Amino acid sequence: MIDFRSLMQPHRIVMMLVFIGIVVWCAFSLQWDWIPKYAPLALQGIWTTIWLLVVTVVLGFLLAVPLGLAQAVGPWYLAAPAKAFCTIIRGTPLLLQLWLLYYGLGSLFPQFPWIRSSELWPYLRQAWPYAVLALTLSYAGYEGEVMRGAFKGVAKGQLEAAKSFGMPRLTMFRRIWLPQAIRNVLPTLGGETILQLKATPLVATITVVDIYAVSSRVRSDTFIIYEPLILLAVFYILVAGLIALAFHWLEVRVLGTDRRTS
Amino acid sequence: MDTAKAVTPADDASASQEAIKVEDLHKSFGKLEVLKGVSLTAHKGDVVAIIGGSGSGKSTMLRSINFLETPSSGRITIGGELVEMHADGSPSNRRQIERIRTRLAMVFQQFNLWTHRTLLENVIEVPVHVLKVPKAQAIKRAHELLERVGLGDKADTYPAYLSGGQQQRAAIARALAVDPSVMLFDEPTSALDPELVGEVLTVIRDLAAEGRTMLLVTHEMKFAREVANHVVYLYQGCIEEQGSPAEVFGNPKSERLKQFLSSVT
Repeated sequence: MIDFRSLMQPHRIVMMLVFIGIVVWCAFSLQWDWIPKYAPLALQGIWTTIWLLVVTVVLGFLLAVPLGLAQAVGPWYLAAPAKAFCTIIRGTPLLLQLWLLYYGLGSLFPQFPWIRSSELWPYLRQAWPYAVLALTLSYAGYEGEVMRGAFKGVAKGQLEAAKSFGMPRLTMFRRIWLPQAIRNVLPTLGGETILQLKATPLVATITVVDIYAVSSRVRSDTFIIYEPLILLAVFYILVAGLIALAFHWLEVRVLGTDRRTS
Repeated sequence: MDTAKAVTPADDASASQEAIKVEDLHKSFGKLEVLKGVSLTAHKGDVVAIIGGSGSGKSTMLRSINFLETPSSGRITIGGELVEMHADGSPSNRRQIERIRTRLAMVFQQFNLWTHRTLLENVIEVPVHVLKVPKAQAIKRAHELLERVGLGDKADTYPAYLSGGQQQRAAIARALAVDPSVMLFDEPTSALDPELVGEVLTVIRDLAAEGRTMLLVTHEMKFAREVANHVVYLYQGCIEEQGSPAEVFGNPKSERLKQFLSSVT
């Protein structure tokens, strides 16, 4: 745990006092009376940000595994499209991808009567499916590249041993290759997930009401500028910290007992 | 002996005595021809030691037997069953080669234990997930095998925490867990510190004594002479000389073998 004495050094004490001073000053000098009015909306916004993050990270990673595998060992007709996909996603701004999907695809769909009359139409009329799609593809693109390296990085002898015992290819993938590949990149995935969190505010530009959109609403309704932004920063730091903690826990749990041999 | 018998198909009595038959095996890496027509037969209960200088093709030959290397041409028969091959030497029947591989257990120079699993998990992995042995039964057997190679107290340890000798003994336990009809040892002590070689050789010696069929690529000449009943000397991809240990080590005929033996002992 935290070493209490190391916190008690003079420069640390000064820094802590400065920090407490800032918090106290913020609490008393700034304007917070708008909070009760917007709290329910903010909670909804937080919920939207969180589920967007979780859903797109999970779906994106599920896509990233085949993308990485295709690039690492796939035949050219799988490797080339996977590589092209990752290159395009990584080479263009997420904002552009989001707008292309929302304004492009979203304005294309209504032109087809069979889409308008389909069961999916109530969803396709909304903004969030496009946000989910864009963020998922983005995460898949970046992590596809990460997983390519992860698959290639698994020592050849590990797979050879499995092969030599007649392990079928799917079993080898499930039992040896994928677990080892994920172990190799857990720390990277943690960082990428925090990046994904910080990419979510872009969905506010296509009318999805996440926590960032709520802070914008407060600003335009009340002309209070800094206070919502400060709270917003605190929110993102807290969530980023939670993600870092979660991945740290995973690493210790999964990797802690498994120091890699050379 | 009984464990080897149990997994050998008994449809052809004479062929089942031939655990491994390699005929006219060729292997090239690009332009370099590593094996130039090697033939070898190992009967049930044989311990065949394969010796030779580096680059003689001895590891390649061993790895070709279970198709970790794809031979360029030749025929390989395991327990009386001919491995089906494409014209380019790759196995043409994946199910067949996977089934045959489960009867051959390989022990590698670099151990190749699965680093993300404990020793116990390493030993039960193939029985449970390939051979579909009930897990409780596999665990019981794994504890016996680990006990046997002197690692009874290390079942829940990860490979990275063990010495090379311990890892190799665990790898041998993993190989024994599939009840192999033939064990293939690819320079099992070459990556070990000198003081750890003995403990691994002791385990292999015990296996030889109980009549297991084994092919052993090794640099340990004294050991080969002691445990093998047949010794094969490879030189530049050809079998230069073979015979009983007494003949090969005691009375070598070829000049190259004489030179080789004098250089390694």
